Amino acid sequence: MALKIPNALHKQLRQHGEETYPHECCGVLTGGIDEEGRKTVQAIVRCGNTRTDSLANRHNISPAELVRIQREAALAGRDIVGFYHSHPDHPAQWSATDLAEAHWTGCSYVITSVEHGRAVLTNSFQLLGQEENKRFEDEHIEVIDQ
Amino acid sequence: MSVKVLIPTPLRPYAGKQSVIEVTAQTVGEALNDLVTKHPDLRKHLFSEDGKLRSFVNVYLNDEDVRYLSKDATPVKETDTIIIVPSVAGGR
Repeated sequence: MALKIPNALHKQLRQHGEETYPHECCGVLTGGIDEEGRKTVQAIVRCGNTRTDSLANRHNISPAELVRIQREAALAGRDIVGFYHSHPDHPAQWSATDLAEAHWTGCSYVITSVEHGRAVLTNSFQLLGQEENKRFEDEHIEVIDQ
Repeated sequence: MSVKVLIPTPLRPYAGKQSVIEVTAQTVGEALNDLVTKHPDLRKHLFSEDGKLRSFVNVYLNDEDVRYLSKDATPVKETDTIIIVPSVAGGR
């Protein structure tokens, strides 16, 4: 299963990680999910990181912000299809913390490694299973012209 | 009275693929109870075995976190919307 994302939005989420370096950035991907579960990103929403105690290696999106994003996405005919964050000076690979704190089954978790302030790799992982046996699977990112 | 509950994408497979479900309730607790009565598969995704809301599940009444209102006892009105939002966090 691939995550489709327009080139401009792909660039924007990578740029977000460069702007917040050496801190983690985070945000929400909204778009559409077809009947076979294929997701297309139509908008990204930058979020603030509420983990001010550990900005370089933790992120948390305020539930109030998620509520607002979910409502605005619904009004635009979109759903929350995933989330993104950066790993400053760390690989674009999910961590044990990422898995423990992931609860949106079926959604994409996009991670960009930012090395010395420059975005390097961007990978996506789909959360599968249920809370008790959840797991991340690699998900191909298809960058589309749009 | 009838109140809307917004279902987030990960829980829709357990709620008949619906994004909005109408429930009948006077309080937030009754609304959630009616929701899981109508869609029993949702129960274990919202509540732990001791019947408490799971720690990563946030429940909002319009723009307010019900934990900072009167929790389950928070009264609801016909025009209210209850929003279920799992938390989003992580880190390397």
